[in-house]
Amino acid sequence: MAARLSENRLVSLPLSRIRVIMKSSPEVSSINQDALFLTAKATELFVQYLASYSYKHGRGKEKNALTYTDLSHTAEECETFQFLADILPKKILASKYLKMLEKEKRDGEVGEGHEEDEEEEEEDEAVGDSVGS
Amino acid sequence: MAERPEDLNLPNAVITRIIKEALPDGVNISKEARSAISRAASVFVLYATSCANNFAMKGKRKTLNAGDVLSAMEEMEFQRFMVPLKESLEVYRREQKGKKEARKDKDKKADSEEQDKSREEDNDDDDERMEEEEQNDEEEVDN
Repeated sequence: MAARLSENRLVSLPLSRIRVIMKSSPEVSSINQDALFLTAKATELFVQYLASYSYKHGRGKEKNALTYTDLSHTAEECETFQFLADILPKKILASKYLKMLEKEKRDGEVGEGHEEDEEEEEEDEAVGDSVGS
Repeated sequence: MAERPEDLNLPNAVITRIIKEALPDGVNISKEARSAISRAASVFVLYATSCANNFAMKGKRKTLNAGDVLSAMEEMEFQRFMVPLKESLEVYRREQKGKKEARKDKDKKADSEEQDKSREEDNDDDDERMEEEEQNDEEEVDN
């Protein structure tokens, strides 16, 4: 039965903390005890589902790991998890980003010399941003 | 209530344990992944709460109840949670009922000389009771 986790407690997440998060929602006035319990339990089930789904469908398992990329893929590709897309954005290597910029420059270029210089300056700043973050 | 940023996060140790239970033994979970799942869990709570609250409002109630949360799960397309949630809820309700009755008996005894002994309870019990009492003070019991 999936009711109990290995520790044999009914729920592991602290109800008090779950309650704080729920109450941070402005429209919510009160929460019945059963509703609080169910939300905590549902969150545990959610964590397990997100983890196992991401592991199963991701490439991390090639190295026996669950990686951030696995999670981010799940958020993007699976409809049920799409509400997470904003908080699990895809990451991009700085080198790939540079190549993307160069390509865009080449595509948009109509052969003006000094414009290129300006763009290069911007490019450096942008790279700084992405590498720094 | 003033919330510090960390209060909206769930305890790392517990999250990690829940993740490990979902994965095959020995799988490595990167710190980044764990942190991301923790954030996702908080967002899930917010989303579920908002959704459940819509159902409560439709029913012209101000208190979120169990039915609202279950409806929210269906709405969010987590039907797979319904059976385990309902089962757990039953167990939870039984446990709560059992605790209440045990407490009633204890209170009766406390009127006589065993007042000191009855205070030597597990910390867990106390915490949960405190929480319940807190709830009862603030919230209507609405089912």
